[in-house]
Amino acid sequence: MSAVTDSPLAIEVRGLVKRYSSKAAGEKIAVAGIDLDVRLGEIFALLGPNGAGKTTTVEILEGYRNRDGGSVKVLGSDPGNLGAGAANWRDRIGIVLQSTKDAEDLSVAEVVHHFANYYTNAKDADQVIEAVGLTEKASERIETLSGGQRRRLDVALGIIGNPEILFLDEPTTGFDPEARRAFWELIRNLRAQGTTILLTTHYLDEAEALADRVGVIVDGKIIEVSTPSNLGGRNNAKARISWLENGVRAELLTDNPTKEISVIAQRFTGEIPELAVHRPTLEDIYLEMIGGK
Amino acid sequence: MSKIIRVGFLRGGLEIKQFMRQRESVVFTLLFPVLLLFIFGSVFKGEVAPGVTFSQYFLAGMIASGLVNTGFQQLAIMIPIERDFGTLKRLRGTPISPISYFIGKMIMVFTSMIVQIAALLLFGVLLFGLNLPTTVDKWLKFTWLVLLGSICSAILGIAFSAVPKNGRGASAVVSPIVIILQFFSGVFFVFSTLPKWMQDFAALFPLKWLTQGMRSVFLPDGFASQEVAHSWETPRTAAILIIWLVAGILISLRTFKWSEK
Repeated sequence: MSAVTDSPLAIEVRGLVKRYSSKAAGEKIAVAGIDLDVRLGEIFALLGPNGAGKTTTVEILEGYRNRDGGSVKVLGSDPGNLGAGAANWRDRIGIVLQSTKDAEDLSVAEVVHHFANYYTNAKDADQVIEAVGLTEKASERIETLSGGQRRRLDVALGIIGNPEILFLDEPTTGFDPEARRAFWELIRNLRAQGTTILLTTHYLDEAEALADRVGVIVDGKIIEVSTPSNLGGRNNAKARISWLENGVRAELLTDNPTKEISVIAQRFTGEIPELAVHRPTLEDIYLEMIGGK
Repeated sequence: MSKIIRVGFLRGGLEIKQFMRQRESVVFTLLFPVLLLFIFGSVFKGEVAPGVTFSQYFLAGMIASGLVNTGFQQLAIMIPIERDFGTLKRLRGTPISPISYFIGKMIMVFTSMIVQIAALLLFGVLLFGLNLPTTVDKWLKFTWLVLLGSICSAILGIAFSAVPKNGRGASAVVSPIVIILQFFSGVFFVFSTLPKWMQDFAALFPLKWLTQGMRSVFLPDGFASQEVAHSWETPRTAAILIIWLVAGILISLRTFKWSEK
């Protein structure tokens, strides 16, 4: 983690604003002044409840949407004003969108090999298929893939161009636990090769497992940016000790759990019955953060 | 530039592959016109004019319709579906040029059109003993009509693809337009027998000119006197197709949407 601290920026966002207007709801502010720095080589996770502005923010960074205010730089270019450099810029980024259903009649290999032709520095298509674990499915039609396999194909198409930055929008929604673990491994391998990754998710364990830093976004604003272990003062939060004493569950909040436990231990001969020490999980911290808005 | 063209041809290959694997699209584009030719040819056995059977007249109209089906209708339905399914959004996130995408579509349109016309001609000749043109002039005219007509039709399909709100409703919006134009433009009925207002309305759109052009290829020269204008109006046909082509390009450039937003 410290290795990336001084890296130059892959993404630099200042005061980003996006409004939507609809006849029914009038004007809605989706992104209300976001500042965001993502360093080259890190995995940054944007966490937030549905409708918080995660996807809008990422789609502005990907060049899909225009913004109403602020400045954005991705790999040194403004995605809202790429002009003639658009193809070169897109050559250097990879995008994994939320659910897609395209190309159902083609095989995995056909599509991945085809997309490799779009990029100047494409990876080897068969190796990419191998990396996402679809080798056995390579000659199958895409319509026969499961949800998780489909998503891994999306990732294959996102990384085939050997991108410097990879955008992942809720990549593991609908995965079973095993598939998620495999997917995380894939993302870690990409990071090890130097790919910068911006990930949106509403799975806390995913952010914790993958991200160097997380930003929590609520109502279009980033309320905190930190490492997963320090988010919301989690590293300084009190530990909760619980045990069974005289048939009653006892509980204690403390900054010094080791000391407290040694005190309690003196009252027992041998094991403290049902002893447990809890630190707040990322989820506890996060729910507190978004609930307290 | 060479990359844009190379990727365009690769997309064309991929599009043809996808087309061939969709049973509905193959049946609709290839079998349906042949079936119509068979039904109409079997029911209406009479002659439109001495030496010109209705089947012959109908074949010319069906070939013109083929240009509209494989170009306009196919793209105006397929592009909104691709927009819904995320195909276009995904492509927009890659370095591919929209020009490559359109080259791919053109190749797909052109291939399905050639196959459809070949099927119509083959069945027309085998089942109804239709006469194919015998002069180089007529085949040349046929060639430029097919080229100009299919490009015009495809561009108008791209232009119209911005109209359907979503992929599911696209067919319901696009197909009636094509069917009505077929009725009004001298495909299912002999054009000169239609009410004048219908003829005037049809004359605003390319299909009427394509059917008339195809009749000038597949019917005897003398039949020109039976046309409403007592002539094949060839220069006017070319002019109107070119006007629609230019209009289609201008509209496409303004309205084509990669994504649904």
